[in-house]
Amino acid sequence: MSFFGFGQTAEIDIVLNDAETRKKAEHRTEDGKKDKYLLFYDGETVSGKVNVTLKTPGKRLEHNGIKIEFVGQIELYYDRGNHHEFVSLVKDLARPGELSQSQTFDFEFTHVEKPYESYTGQNVKLRYFLRATISRRLNDISKEMDIVVQTLCTYPELNSSIKMEVGIEDCLHIEFEYNKSKYHLRDVIVGKIYFLLVRIKIKHMEIGIIKRESTGTGPSVYHENDTIAKYEIMDGAPVRGESIPIRLFLAGYELTPTMRDVNKKFSVRYYLNLVLIDEEERRYFKQQEITLWRKGDIVRRSMSQQATIASQRYEGSNSETVSAHAKEDSN
Amino acid sequence: MSEATVADTRRLNSKPQDLTDAYGPPSNFLEIDVFDPQTIGVGRNRFTTYEVRMKTNLPIFKLKESCVRRRYSDFEWLKNELERDSKIVVPPLPGKALKRQLPFRGDEGIFEESFIEERRAGLEQFINRIAGHPLAQNERCLHMFLQDESIDRNYIPGKVLVNPPPCPGPNCSTSSFLHISQSLSQLPSMIFCMYFYSQIELDYNTYFTLRMNSS
Repeated sequence: MSFFGFGQTAEIDIVLNDAETRKKAEHRTEDGKKDKYLLFYDGETVSGKVNVTLKTPGKRLEHNGIKIEFVGQIELYYDRGNHHEFVSLVKDLARPGELSQSQTFDFEFTHVEKPYESYTGQNVKLRYFLRATISRRLNDISKEMDIVVQTLCTYPELNSSIKMEVGIEDCLHIEFEYNKSKYHLRDVIVGKIYFLLVRIKIKHMEIGIIKRESTGTGPSVYHENDTIAKYEIMDGAPVRGESIPIRLFLAGYELTPTMRDVNKKFSVRYYLNLVLIDEEERRYFKQQEITLWRKGDIVRRSMSQQATIASQRYEGSNSETVSAHAKEDSN
Repeated sequence: MSEATVADTRRLNSKPQDLTDAYGPPSNFLEIDVFDPQTIGVGRNRFTTYEVRMKTNLPIFKLKESCVRRRYSDFEWLKNELERDSKIVVPPLPGKALKRQLPFRGDEGIFEESFIEERRAGLEQFINRIAGHPLAQNERCLHMFLQDESIDRNYIPGKVLVNPPPCPGPNCSTSSFLHISQSLSQLPSMIFCMYFYSQIELDYNTYFTLRMNSS
């Protein structure tokens, strides 16, 4: 009995075993705030304790079972009632009975598969959480705890550059080139725009990153475009033969990895948008998709090794002498 | 935690620019002046014409310099033709000033100097905006407006393209398909454009599609 303030209630608290040592990741919530959550990767074990604290000491708590679930689900904002669970694991902590005092239960979900990355977007949310529930006759007591999952990749084997000649017949011919087609989230986009023919009066040129979130399938696909970054790369009128360099550092922007057709429910794709603006404010644009991936943190190299790499990369330097010095240093 | 490796941010290699390209005359020279308003006729049948002078080095225009006289209704005709045939959103013309055409006004109505000057400036801005638009440059009506002596209202609307297909040899019985494949081989880049409000997407598409539609 737990109405009119009589009877017994309890508070549930979920504590993970490695909460002290595990890294936390910042993740944006639905209302725009940024919160820190424990970070997990695919295949890692999720283990901890569920503390059930009885509110009124002395009274017993009757229940129909205590369990803990690990859930991974996709929520579409326009279809809030239906949650699509793609991971659902349950562990029973206690059989139906009575609790006479506060108790702690251990749990372990071994090597849990977490196939997708946590994502909070404009129309869709993918989240992972633990939910501990005390089932009772009239009303359950439950507590949820969100975690953040990130998917890691390594350097792709094939990473060709993007090079294309586009334009408007006999008005504007440009050739654009980006050094890669797949970039990690802290990478640098290095490219150039080469003008083959300019018969319009260009005022300036800018490059931007557009994020397109697509939700739904079939006839009811909904795209949400968001300009993440905009960066002017040229001011003034170019002429034939001019080459404008592009250098865009991705680390400064809030980006997620490219997600294609996650559980057949949604996609998040990124595009580089090159825009030329002429003197009459007409915009000539070209969008090109790029793939973003998340790199795992790697072992730090020694300072001399880093210096070698940096100077070898410097244009026109005599790399031979430098690498000889580096070899001496490391010996 | 800082990035352990140093990112490679070297510029991509590119051909050095030819000095003649760098310091040569710009290939986007297009200037149109609307000036010298003259009121022609007497009494109720008066109208004002303006001189429309164009100087350009764009190859799409047959004449590099042209000078014609046009009146307001000619500008209206051009606007209607472009709105119908081209996919562009045509900028507005200066007002029609119907109120000024009513009788019993204290001033000269539409032949008032200040009004004519206002209209002249508006027409100049209008024609410059249109003539610089790549899609409008393809329209026959614009070329007729700017470079033909008089406007033939019974003309056949169509497109103007810069590169006609190269003429095959004298003993040719080539089908049109052969024409098209020849132009394909000569053009390194195939272009197509699409208009949406004031945005034009740069792309490359089959050049022969564009030509087949226009011929």
